[in-house]
Amino acid sequence: MNAADHRALPKHFQPFLQVFLSALAGGLGYAVLSLPDQAIALKGMVEANLEASGVRNPITAVLLNFRAYDTLLEMAVLLLALIGVWSLGATPMRRGAAPGPVLSALVQGLVPLMILVAGYLLWAGAHAPGGAFQAGAVLAASGVLLLLTGKRLTIRLMGRPLRIVLLAGLGVFITVGIAVIPVGGMFLQYPPSLAGGLILFIEAAATLSIGAILTALFLGGRALSGGDR
Amino acid sequence: MMSYTLYALTGIGLFILGLYSLIVQAHLLRKVIALNIMGSGVFLVLVGLGGRASNAVPDPVPQAMVLTGIVVAIAATALALTLILRVQAETGRTELAEQPSKH
Repeated sequence: MNAADHRALPKHFQPFLQVFLSALAGGLGYAVLSLPDQAIALKGMVEANLEASGVRNPITAVLLNFRAYDTLLEMAVLLLALIGVWSLGATPMRRGAAPGPVLSALVQGLVPLMILVAGYLLWAGAHAPGGAFQAGAVLAASGVLLLLTGKRLTIRLMGRPLRIVLLAGLGVFITVGIAVIPVGGMFLQYPPSLAGGLILFIEAAATLSIGAILTALFLGGRALSGGDR
Repeated sequence: MMSYTLYALTGIGLFILGLYSLIVQAHLLRKVIALNIMGSGVFLVLVGLGGRASNAVPDPVPQAMVLTGIVVAIAATALALTLILRVQAETGRTELAEQPSKH
């Protein structure tokens, strides 16, 4: 099916659209080129407060400490997307072929390795590139590999335990945020002495949650469990 | 420093290409791909502008924003793809229906 056969725009609009988009590109390019070199001093503030944040990696400090509220909302967005996907119906029936010998052997070797790598990425996020989202993505990749070979969770685990794991990241984040209010004074204001441990605790729960959410998103629908009605 | 500005301009180019595809293409899957290309363009602009710093260490704040953005883009793409599957299951077509000219 040729792409030119299916256009959402009548043919005579296209030159106007191209001119408009070229002008937009020119405007954006001019805006980028005319930016001052160092407009906002956020980078300096991050460097100055890095020791008080509890981690040595500035990106993890920004994600989990200085802008922790954004990360909390991001986990809520992930959950919302999953709720949206689940509300659209059950998993579509697929007539998948049986996995070949290469895929089966690869999955047997790769999945434990990927779980290990996810654990390492979670730990390394404090001082090197890594963190909850990277580890969660690797976990989700291993989950997708398992799904591709036809493995599914047992019915017993698909009801409440699955939902607990899905909610663990956001739940732990909010709980820690509320729990530090008496100590720090504000929501998500970690006390500097405990910040490193709290960040690791939040990231661990978030890793499991993100891996589970992304794997569930891959299924494309609500997998029916025993308690579903 | 010039290379990072080049990354930012490339990101703008990707954004414009994605926007053109989003408007012009009728197939829903192509629209989702175009949205993803737009997102990649925006991320490239953010990271490119974040690396413009005069000293060697790049700015961590835009990189953290891009990490958040990537995750949100994944979630939105998953929801969009499921919606496309649903549209196809309900109507049998992968393009949105033409609007009637009169109510």
